Amino acid sequence: MEEVKLMKGNEAVAEAAIREGVDGYFGYPITPQSEVIEYLMLEEPHKRTGMVVLQAESEIAAINMVYGAAACGKKAMTSSSSPGISLKQEGISYMAGAELPCLIVNVVRGGPGLGTIQPSQADYFQSVKGGGHGDYKLIVLAPASVQEMSDFVEDAFVLAFKYRNPAMILSDGLIGQMMEKVKLKPQKERLTEKEIREKYDSWATIGKKETRERNIITSLELKSERQEKHNDKLQAKYREIEKNEVRYEKINCENADYLLVAYGSSARICQKTIQLGKEKGINIGLIRPITLWPFPSDVINEAADKVKGILSVELNAGQMVEDVKLAVNGKIKVEHFGRYGGMIHSPDEVLEALEQKIIK
Amino acid sequence: MSEILTPEEIIKKGELVFKKTKFMTDANLSYCPGCGHGVAHRITMEVIEEMGIGEQTIGVAPVGCSVLAYDFMNIDMQQAAHGRAPAVATGIKRVFPEKYVFTYQGDGDLAAIGTNETIHACNRAENIVIIFINNGIYGMTGGQMAPTTLEGMKSSTSPYGRDVSTMGHPIKITEMVAMLPGVCYATRHAVHKPGLVRKAKKAIRKAFENQRDKKGTSIVEIVSNCNSGWKMTPVDANIWLEENMLPVFPLGDIKG
Repeated sequence: MEEVKLMKGNEAVAEAAIREGVDGYFGYPITPQSEVIEYLMLEEPHKRTGMVVLQAESEIAAINMVYGAAACGKKAMTSSSSPGISLKQEGISYMAGAELPCLIVNVVRGGPGLGTIQPSQADYFQSVKGGGHGDYKLIVLAPASVQEMSDFVEDAFVLAFKYRNPAMILSDGLIGQMMEKVKLKPQKERLTEKEIREKYDSWATIGKKETRERNIITSLELKSERQEKHNDKLQAKYREIEKNEVRYEKINCENADYLLVAYGSSARICQKTIQLGKEKGINIGLIRPITLWPFPSDVINEAADKVKGILSVELNAGQMVEDVKLAVNGKIKVEHFGRYGGMIHSPDEVLEALEQKIIK
Repeated sequence: MSEILTPEEIIKKGELVFKKTKFMTDANLSYCPGCGHGVAHRITMEVIEEMGIGEQTIGVAPVGCSVLAYDFMNIDMQQAAHGRAPAVATGIKRVFPEKYVFTYQGDGDLAAIGTNETIHACNRAENIVIIFINNGIYGMTGGQMAPTTLEGMKSSTSPYGRDVSTMGHPIKITEMVAMLPGVCYATRHAVHKPGLVRKAKKAIRKAFENQRDKKGTSIVEIVSNCNSGWKMTPVDANIWLEENMLPVFPLGDIKG
């Protein structure tokens, strides 16, 4: 029977993690995402599935615990909010370099610095352009509902293991805190050691049997010629991901004269703007990138042929707009609108901005 | 009393007196001649072989001279970010509690940048072994001052000697973590003399047995020389170690 519950976005991530058969969650409290670890501690998933939940001494320790568990072929995850995600960047870079699958959930709050605890999309650059040091990419999924907070846990792990790459759910304080109806997925079994050996024995550090060479998880290569080759391999993988894994949603795009590009909570707001536009006789479409990396550049490029202008609507001072401009490549006008610092634009403000910046 | 043979007689008899453990690879060690890392690696891997746990052991290498420990230790290994080895080991041990997990860390890694991870892994009684090489200096980066550098000791970042009034005191991290209830065994050893090597190996064995018996965290500190970082010959470095390091970092069990 289908299980439907009313849940906060943060709780939905936590419940989805248990049902996904995650082996280890390692976290550290920070507003507005502390419900993830609170829910897990209360739920005692070690009794339900054997899942480990550990409150680490810092975000840095938490991501390194994820590193250790992921390097054993286990499903491991962490969650945090912006300042905490900054602390995790070292570990994320190491995991990208060592090609380790994991899930990182960022319930974004306004910055910079300690900033505010209110929602924001100001971590877009950090999430999609690498974030830590070195040439690397995270697979970034942006949920726009509590349902997607739940669903993307499975999607993120599928992609992370398919490509041996860290995946991120880039949410924000709005999606994390709001309550919506969620259709829960059935419980998956956690993999046994035997199953992990069958699937990941070529790389995972599970203990070296006499029958194989030792497995080494490292991001170090002192010989530059070999480090370049390793980077080539990573880049080839990223091109594969760009080719295969772009996800987006198109809303009201047929016959639209103007296009909004928005993700996550901003996309939710923009849906209302479409209605408000209709009332004023303005035909507005919305492209909602679901994967922020890989970015739906081709889709936006094609859409630019059919509209008069594009407004990138973000809860920040203008970040994704750069990727939209790159996708459009000068064909039509592209502008940014957004509020930031924890403030959220209203649907009317978005329509007003569209009229002033694009239509006028 | 057993018969004492000359080297020639041993060769003539064809008896095996020493064999490299199969858990050390054939790669040439990258360490400076006279450095204690090679011995510490060997006795660690000998313990793993003697306990028959090679197939269940996962090691964690640090950042520092022993960053390439995975080139020499013939078991599944992970390389951790600077100082984070105890957190990485925690992640491994928590999802694979039946495996044997150890970290191998230097003083810069464990006692400076990784102090937080060290203390909290110990405080949680993570059932792991920490092998801690203390040579009082950052070796790999070229001889900078470490948290364990002695008062007055010269390094490239304390060229006039460590002035404790501005640079702090040499930190005794093993004594510090010994205070924590999560630590079942804290001990300090050295490997510059054959007798001391045997004692250090026994300590490492005990540490892994503690892990087998689920007793909590064991930390085995090994005071070692860094002859190139100290800018001495290996022989002089060992004399200097005895005369200067050991009074500050005395050998023996601190706990357990």
